[in-house]
Amino acid sequence: MVPLSYYLVLSAFLFACGVAGFLLKRNIITIFMSIELMLNGVNLSFVAFAAQWGKLSGQIFVFFVMVVAAAEAAVGLAIIIAVYRTRETLNVDRVNLLKL
Amino acid sequence: MVHLILFLAFGAVCVAGAINLILQTHPIQSALSLIVVMASLAAEYLLLGAEFVAAVQVIVYAGAIMVLFVFVIMLLNAGTEEVTQGSKIAKVLGLPALLLLGVLMVWAVTHHATTSVAAGSLYGDPKTIGRLLFNQYLLPFEVTSILILIAIMGAVVLAGRPEMSNPQANAARKDA
Repeated sequence: MVPLSYYLVLSAFLFACGVAGFLLKRNIITIFMSIELMLNGVNLSFVAFAAQWGKLSGQIFVFFVMVVAAAEAAVGLAIIIAVYRTRETLNVDRVNLLKL
Repeated sequence: MVHLILFLAFGAVCVAGAINLILQTHPIQSALSLIVVMASLAAEYLLLGAEFVAAVQVIVYAGAIMVLFVFVIMLLNAGTEEVTQGSKIAKVLGLPALLLLGVLMVWAVTHHATTSVAAGSLYGDPKTIGRLLFNQYLLPFEVTSILILIAIMGAVVLAGRPEMSNPQANAARKDA
């Protein structure tokens, strides 16, 4: 038996790591990976609450979050490729102009 | 007891991977740490009885999405991260936010540790999930298919060759 709060603490820690990576990292791909880490942290609390309340809806929601994450990864990485084609850099500090 | 030990072991791997993701400077090492986090999260899902979610986590997240990430890192030949001036707001607000989160977590563990989750108390096997998905959640499921379709089209348009989507560059190339 593991207390529910342990799962929530792990989930919060993963989310906090994602936020920290999002703020600290300068590589656009790593920033994107930090967003995936945040989504994973949220998924863990979904599954933990599903087990807590005995309802499978939480696991269905994890499925939907994964679908959205997959769509987001496909479009986001395409945007990264497009940015790299025009700017030839992956550093977000160098991508600060809307128009070249 | 075994449940708690397994939770702590995989949780420790998870935490180590998440910290390593931030500390590494090369994106490919961050990507590999993220795969470690996702694989150990799949083990945590198994401990919670979410079999289907654990399998999908490994196949979709650690498999498909991370392959896409590694592929893009290789394609763009991403090197070690450049060190630039960090955000001042992050430096000012980061420490109080970290302390606040730590206090909240300690408070949550010490005051609300009474409810426990039994190992495999909720059995989320593919059959049950599938029945729920195709009965109660049929409309959201169909809407996600449209979302995926739009995402595929967006990815093709955005990552396609510039001359395909940019008529001016195409015309300039013909003139030259």
